[in-house]
Amino acid sequence: MEGLTLSDAEQKYYSDLFSYCDIESTKKVAANGRVLELFRAAQLPNDVVLQIMELCGATRLGYFGRSQFYIALKLVAVAQSGFPLRVESINTVKDLPLPRFVASKNEQESRHAASYSSDSENQGSYSGVIPPPPGRGQVKKGSVSHDTVQPRTSADQQEPASPVVSPQQSPPTSPHTWRKHSRHPSGGNSERPLAGPGPFWSPFGEAQSGSSAGDAVWSGHSPPPPQETWVSFADTPPTSTLLTMHPASVQDQTTVRTVASATTANEIRRQSSSYDDPWKITDEQRQYYVNQFKTIQPDLNGFIPGSAAKEFFTKSKLPILELSHIWELSDFDKDGALTLDEFCAAFHLVVARKNGYDLPEKLPESLMPKLIDLEDSADVGDQPGEVGYSGSPAEAPPSKSPSMPSLNQTWPELNQSSEDTAIVHPVPIRMTPSKIHMQEMELKRTGSDHTNPTSPLLVKPSDLSEESKINSSVKFASGNTVGQQQAGVVAHPPAVPPRPQPSQAPGPVVHRPVDADGLITHTSTSPQQIPEQPNFADFSQFEVFAASNVNEEQDDEAEKHPDILPVEKASDSASSLRVAKTDSKIEEKTAASVPANVSKGTTPLAPPPKPVRRRLKSEDELRPEVDEHTQKTGVLAAVLASQPSIPRSVGKDKKAIQASIRRNKETNTVLARLNSELQQQLKDVLEERISLEVQLEQLRPFSHL
Amino acid sequence: MVHTSLDVVDEKISAMGKALVDQRELYLGLLYPTEDYKVYGYVTNSKVKFVMVVDSSNTALRDNEIRSMFRKLHNSYTDVMCNPFYNPGDRIQSRAFDSMVTSMMIQVC
Repeated sequence: MEGLTLSDAEQKYYSDLFSYCDIESTKKVAANGRVLELFRAAQLPNDVVLQIMELCGATRLGYFGRSQFYIALKLVAVAQSGFPLRVESINTVKDLPLPRFVASKNEQESRHAASYSSDSENQGSYSGVIPPPPGRGQVKKGSVSHDTVQPRTSADQQEPASPVVSPQQSPPTSPHTWRKHSRHPSGGNSERPLAGPGPFWSPFGEAQSGSSAGDAVWSGHSPPPPQETWVSFADTPPTSTLLTMHPASVQDQTTVRTVASATTANEIRRQSSSYDDPWKITDEQRQYYVNQFKTIQPDLNGFIPGSAAKEFFTKSKLPILELSHIWELSDFDKDGALTLDEFCAAFHLVVARKNGYDLPEKLPESLMPKLIDLEDSADVGDQPGEVGYSGSPAEAPPSKSPSMPSLNQTWPELNQSSEDTAIVHPVPIRMTPSKIHMQEMELKRTGSDHTNPTSPLLVKPSDLSEESKINSSVKFASGNTVGQQQAGVVAHPPAVPPRPQPSQAPGPVVHRPVDADGLITHTSTSPQQIPEQPNFADFSQFEVFAASNVNEEQDDEAEKHPDILPVEKASDSASSLRVAKTDSKIEEKTAASVPANVSKGTTPLAPPPKPVRRRLKSEDELRPEVDEHTQKTGVLAAVLASQPSIPRSVGKDKKAIQASIRRNKETNTVLARLNSELQQQLKDVLEERISLEVQLEQLRPFSHL
Repeated sequence: MVHTSLDVVDEKISAMGKALVDQRELYLGLLYPTEDYKVYGYVTNSKVKFVMVVDSSNTALRDNEIRSMFRKLHNSYTDVMCNPFYNPGDRIQSRAFDSMVTSMMIQVC
């Protein structure tokens, strides 16, 4: 955008206009509604207005910054002077007169503005205002009436507007346009005593009185939209009248609800009118929405199912297409149900629509559920109502709205609740608890099984080394005791073994001895640690296991058996790892049933259930089997188990930390060895394959011959 | 073109019998002698079929792109479905949906 040079008079004039439009007092953004009204008052054709907005960059930005506003004003002046609209013209056209904005009924305006402003200040001055409106309405007939859908603007704004606006007869076009809109949705302002539904302040004007009555027939709907009323420049007086009428009409509402809400709405309107955020929901409106929500769904934190919402909103007699669009906008998380926030947004949109506001393409910021980091969204859709259904989005890309803080303040609880409801709770997968539980179970079982010296647990240590045997015996002993004693406590020691294991046995045997040591150590450790450790163990087991299923073959260290079926063992070990390192039985069992366990590579979640099952079976099978494989797996498991324990142990004992470190190292070596072994096997297999292929080729010629 | 798409649908129906879980189905190869275009099919778990007809003049889209487009389409479709005011079977009039589809097409072209 080119730089804009303004004369002093222009500067002053523009800044006045800007402050007029700067309803939200942001000092840098002019609300689109105001600006549009201003432009309309400039008596320019709509397409020119659109062009101006594009040129000044507002359509790009979505809001009117001060510079955009000034440029726009300059363009208005250019257009009014008859010059073609060009970006260059803002600076090249010399001696441009100030842009003219039309206002009608100056004296009335000033009078009403004054009265309105005073009224807006006082909440209880409605009654005084009531008389004027009827008279106004008639007066209006003669004049160009402003069909403000809802006098959202405050009198304050109108006042400043008055001086700025030059008293001229507003062209009939704009009122008509407005009238169309206003007539359509609002429920008559002349019909004040509108029973139920909200007194949508219908624009005055002749026609409105008739239509207003019918429009707002929405049972129990309160007039929240007042705040979203358009106020056109030209309609300043009428606007003020409207505003005054609003209080009056509101007051006349017979419906208790409406009256109450209307009154509060008025007050709120006055207060919030300064914001000029068409989509802002006032406290009163909010309260009303919440009450409505309660009638459908007593639990404020709950959802309204789609069907119920559909019925409810169908009562508003809006076309299904529009309701569908409203739903799309308001169902933020797309779950087919409305939370309180979503419901309020939807309700607000319906109200707005009934009052003639076009629906935005995007959900306005003020209507977004609080649980999300609200970004500056544009107040779309309000101002360009005249432009058409889809006009708004083009003009109002997201813009900073100061309403956020206020909104946040207003609905802190809603935010929380909506957050709870709207946010999809990630289901944390807690390995630990399940593992602990599992381990406990395992421990119990192992405990019982430990009585058998041939149990897998025993096998593990013994296979590895004599040391391990001792350890295992220790383990078993502890396991036995565990089995005999309370399951809970007892379970711990056996479960723990994997951790302490590394500390004891260096080298391959480490696994086993570690187990034993772990048992011993753990028995001495506090029960608290035990539960956690097993979990860690499981964790590591699972993870490590999944990562290196084949690593189990590293059990060669155990040496008990040659790697008969490395794969099988690996699978077994993997499975056994999962189950519980301490549970050698399980390992054995797993060895037997390994093939089925290939799933180990699957998510860690899978292991927990499997081990449990295993354990049950393993108890029986463990005894007979003396499994080097299991040992290996156990070793691996131990190693793996030690790994996860690291994080936790940090918070606990130094010993545990060191143990875990050692375990990790051992695991690393084990895995490295396993890896190398597997690669070796792979090479061998490949060579075999090649040789076989060669043989085949040799044989073939013969067969062909 | 219409007939072609019908054939495509028929083929999909037959494919339903077997790998029903196969979510996406690339129906490449349907190049008409005169008009060279490709038809892509996509079936959702609820037997809703998406058919995409692409002109081959546009340097053949990659399979991944097609798949991502279908995924987006599927997501938008489910969003539309969530709307209680929408009756399944009606013509989709959702603006968001339309804008998504348009943006997708523009992206490709």
